[in-house]
Amino acid sequence: MIPAAFEYHRPPDLAAAIAALRDYGDDARVVAGGHSLIPMMKLRMAEIPHLIDLQAITALKGISIDGSTVRIGAMTTQAELIAHDGLASLAPILRETALQIADPQVRYVGTIGGNVANGDPGNDMPALMQCLDAGFILAGPDGERTVSAREFYQSAYVTLREDGEILTAVSFEATGGGHAYEKQKRKIGDYATAAAAVLMVKDKTACSRASVAMTNLSDVPVWSKAAGDALAGTSCGPADIDAAVAAMLADIAPTADNRGPVEFKRHVAGVILRRAIARAWSRA
Amino acid sequence: MNEMAPISREERTQNLKGLGCSRKRVEDVRFTQGKGNYVDDVKLPGMLYGDFVRSPYAHARVKSVDKSAALALPGVVAVLTAEDLAPLNLHWMPTLAGDKQMVLADGKVLFQGQEVAFVVANDRYVAADAAELVVVDYEELPVVTDPFKALEPGAPVLREDLEGQTSGAHGERRHHNHIFLWEAGDRQATEEVIASADVVAEEMIYYHRTHPCPLETCGCVASMDAVNGKLTVYGTFQAPHVVRTVASLLSGIEEHKIRVVSPDIGGGFGNKVGVYPGYVCSIVASIVTGKPVKWIEDRMENLTATAFARDYWMKGRISATKDGRITGLACHVTADHGAFDACADPTKFPAGFFHIMTGSYDIPVAHVGVDGVYTNKAPGGVAYRCSFRVTEAAYFIERMIEVLAIELGMDAAELRAKNFIRKEQFPYMSALGWEYDSGDYHTAWNKALAAIGYEDLRREQAERVEAFRRGETRKLIGIGLTHFTEIVGAGPVKNCDILGMGMFDSCEIRIHPTGSAVARLGTISQGQGHATTFAQILASEIGLSADSITIEEGDTDTAPYGLGTYGSRSTPVAGAAAAMAGRKIRAKAQMIAAYLLEVHDGDLEWDVDRFAVKGAPERFKTMKEIAYASYNQAIPGLEPGLEAVSYYDPPNMTYPFGAYVCVMELDVDTGSHEIRQFYALDDCGTRINPMIIEGQVHGGLTEAYAIAMAQEIAYDEIGNVKTATLMDFFLPTSFETPHYTTDFTETPSPHHPIGAKGVGESPNVGGVPAFSNAVHDAFRPFGLRQAHMPHDQWRVWKIARDLGLNG
Ligand SMILES: Cc1cc2nc3c(=O)[nH]c(=O)nc-3n(C[C@H](O)[C@H](O)[C@H](O)COP(=O)(O)OP(=O)(O)OC[C@H]3O[C@@H](n4cnc5c(N)ncnc54)[C@H](O)[C@@H]3O)c2cc1C
Repeated sequence: MIPAAFEYHRPPDLAAAIAALRDYGDDARVVAGGHSLIPMMKLRMAEIPHLIDLQAITALKGISIDGSTVRIGAMTTQAELIAHDGLASLAPILRETALQIADPQVRYVGTIGGNVANGDPGNDMPALMQCLDAGFILAGPDGERTVSAREFYQSAYVTLREDGEILTAVSFEATGGGHAYEKQKRKIGDYATAAAAVLMVKDKTACSRASVAMTNLSDVPVWSKAAGDALAGTSCGPADIDAAVAAMLADIAPTADNRGPVEFKRHVAGVILRRAIARAWSRA
Repeated sequence: MNEMAPISREERTQNLKGLGCSRKRVEDVRFTQGKGNYVDDVKLPGMLYGDFVRSPYAHARVKSVDKSAALALPGVVAVLTAEDLAPLNLHWMPTLAGDKQMVLADGKVLFQGQEVAFVVANDRYVAADAAELVVVDYEELPVVTDPFKALEPGAPVLREDLEGQTSGAHGERRHHNHIFLWEAGDRQATEEVIASADVVAEEMIYYHRTHPCPLETCGCVASMDAVNGKLTVYGTFQAPHVVRTVASLLSGIEEHKIRVVSPDIGGGFGNKVGVYPGYVCSIVASIVTGKPVKWIEDRMENLTATAFARDYWMKGRISATKDGRITGLACHVTADHGAFDACADPTKFPAGFFHIMTGSYDIPVAHVGVDGVYTNKAPGGVAYRCSFRVTEAAYFIERMIEVLAIELGMDAAELRAKNFIRKEQFPYMSALGWEYDSGDYHTAWNKALAAIGYEDLRREQAERVEAFRRGETRKLIGIGLTHFTEIVGAGPVKNCDILGMGMFDSCEIRIHPTGSAVARLGTISQGQGHATTFAQILASEIGLSADSITIEEGDTDTAPYGLGTYGSRSTPVAGAAAAMAGRKIRAKAQMIAAYLLEVHDGDLEWDVDRFAVKGAPERFKTMKEIAYASYNQAIPGLEPGLEAVSYYDPPNMTYPFGAYVCVMELDVDTGSHEIRQFYALDDCGTRINPMIIEGQVHGGLTEAYAIAMAQEIAYDEIGNVKTATLMDFFLPTSFETPHYTTDFTETPSPHHPIGAKGVGESPNVGGVPAFSNAVHDAFRPFGLRQAHMPHDQWRVWKIARDLGLNG
């Protein structure tokens, strides 16, 4: 559990961090909370000669709310997300999700930026961001651009972020309505066996809009457009929920691991989604 | 002094903080303030650091090891391979089980994580870098991880060093991967009874491979003093004296030139009994370099390469009359020992005390056969908070009882009660040859059932099943019953030894002139609180406050010889030695008091903390006064001083028992569970410190919960360990840990000086079947007989699916 040697850099601002990435190229990686990266380094699964720490860059921290637009700086910790009352009232699904990530100790240092940039299918925030239709703001040597969370993930640990880019913030429009993040895990601190993020907007008795995304059931987070569509315009009766679950199951591709065989994961994915829909609908 | 206002006998008793007092743990003052002193805290001048190159393969030929790049790295002092150790004859070492084990890969590797080379550097980080630079050329060989396949005729030969050897330390080997067949009981009589029985239940019960996973991993610091030729080894040793003797036998260094020190140990649970290659390599490296060498495992190394526990395939048959009286029990075990037989069992018992498998029941005939088998898995097979395979035996019988109850269509609580050994049958000779010293099972059982409201629970469970069938709920209730009987306190030297060393233990007491004391024992605490409880035993024996008695263990230069701490033997054996040494002190104190009070010895009586003249209680000498006089007053016919030593060879083992009930809710859809209630009644004989007992029970139950519900060391078909980190190896935190209700009955051991039996392991032994039986019980109405542990989510879901409950 001893990493290979590395140089530690702590740039004071974003420009210096981008410059450092440019200078060291492939040999450099940014570190945020380090709770995904450092374990990989200790296992020597990642050897990073130049570690660029983003902790000193205050511009990357903080949550701002403008009407229904929410912008969360990449270096905001999961504990800070949980503690933010404004966020909790506008988009309570963030608190509900963050509380199911790891344990309090990890949440004090793990950041939302690290969680979504990491590209690990086990992370919970990516599916949530897809469910919210968030945009990821990336800054690089050529300036800033925004990539949709629903397009960002290519395969495990492979994203649309260029090597020279830093994720500065995530941003989304709060939709209101009912929400739920339902996660099955083996124990505290575990990644999901299956998890579902569900947002539902209710118009009188019918569901006017629904968004469904799943965690750790493929090599990327899975936003299931078809599952959301199956619910939209319905009154969420048993047949509608069955249709949504069937649509979701067609979109996921879990693999077997110590959490269980594929068949079990598919079964649990269905159960979890049903529970998430029921809870979101009851709150809509 | 005698003029002072007299304080009551009760108050004086309380002041002693002796037996029965919930005295706070004296160790915790330093542990809770981060002031413990563990092996990794030992830092010696000029110390070097060792690290292992380990095999990524489970079975491979090692064609070459190229250490040149590693040696070229600045800071690297040495790289040891089997070739370097061979001239010292240290490339292999004997195991505690009569086998031998490679210290460093000698031509081949037999399990993933096996030690191949030992890198020594002046910096821990350099050592890790250098280990990566050692180039090993492997040629992969076919892997066997299944003990049944290992015994097939064409199975790969694992132990080429044993080629052609048709017998081993425990008799005949009938196959190249066979280690031993060990049997107990009367095979023929058992077969006859089973063949003609009204009812026979047959089942394969698997107790999966798991690992004790102490919070502190294994490690040591070896320091050879080139000037005086003395070797000092600090290490995580549960049996420091045994390590000293083994080190002497292996190295040829005379035993008085070796000092072994176990500092604070962060949990052992059996994992720290054996001798590991890291110890041997550190010692050799220190001798070669002339500098102290430290080696500390990381968590993955601990989980993959140091001693595992269990991995027993137990095929059982139990027979009974129609009305549920058990008539016979047979068991055949296929025991997966991994690559080397490195168990730490008494020499005569290669399957430990597995033949306690008749449990709490009066079973007239029984037979057991255990086949030990080599596979491409890590060696070990240690206790894990269990006295030598007692957990396996307890799990086996407590599952067999449940299966028999199903076969008979009978309530499992009633079946147990019907077959318990009755109070008046003790001392009871079991069909497999153990003499149970004492017990009162019916009282404990009835108390347990009443406490949890057994009848009501069964009613609620039946209603739940109905509601489930009607589709109103997806949750089932399981009621997990267990009545276990443990066998601890190894053990009588006449039949218990490890590598020829008898399993006695010892205590040496020295009373200081002002009436305080130091006592040293041959055991070593790993969290059990010896410094607290042994002082309490002595306080009651010698009448000095426990607060005035320092307990020291773990330094072989000062402590008397003992066999260490495991198998719940500390209190039964060393605790008895403490009591006996205390009695020797008291005997001399009586003579001194008689002299001082100018009466005859026989005219005195012991009164809590003093000797008083019979019939004249105002005439007395306290132990403090006696201690002072023993050093400072010339007493005719008596040597000065007040000291005693006792080596205690127990006349028998002790047999703690208990009744546990677990009430569990199981979610059929997700396979997850909730422990609604866990009731644990323990009878460990005389209770020395109720608070420590409760702590031990909580800890052991939490381990049992982990083992039954999720914890395992799992391998894939090519021998990769799938559970090498704490992400996949389940260690419960406060979030998962259930709430426990503890209770007790007190049946003192008739042969132990203070009647104590030991409790450290009971909760692990009895807890596992209670949790597991609850899972089984929930599905009993739907036809489940047996499902192997661990009962993690997907396996519970699979039970439900296989029973057609998941639509
Ligand atoms: C015991 C344990 C349990 C956990 N359980 C969960 C869980 O249940 N659910 C879950 O979602 N997570 C879990 N995690 C992960 C945790 O939430 C991490 O903190 C998080 O995934 C990564 O955030 P970080 O700030 O620590 O990122 P880091 O580890 O610092 O970085 C992760 C990766 O993202 C890159 N990166 C970080 N920030 C940026 C940025 N601003 N721009 C570009 N790239 C960036 C890094 O280069 C690195 O490749 C767990 C971690 C541990 C140790």
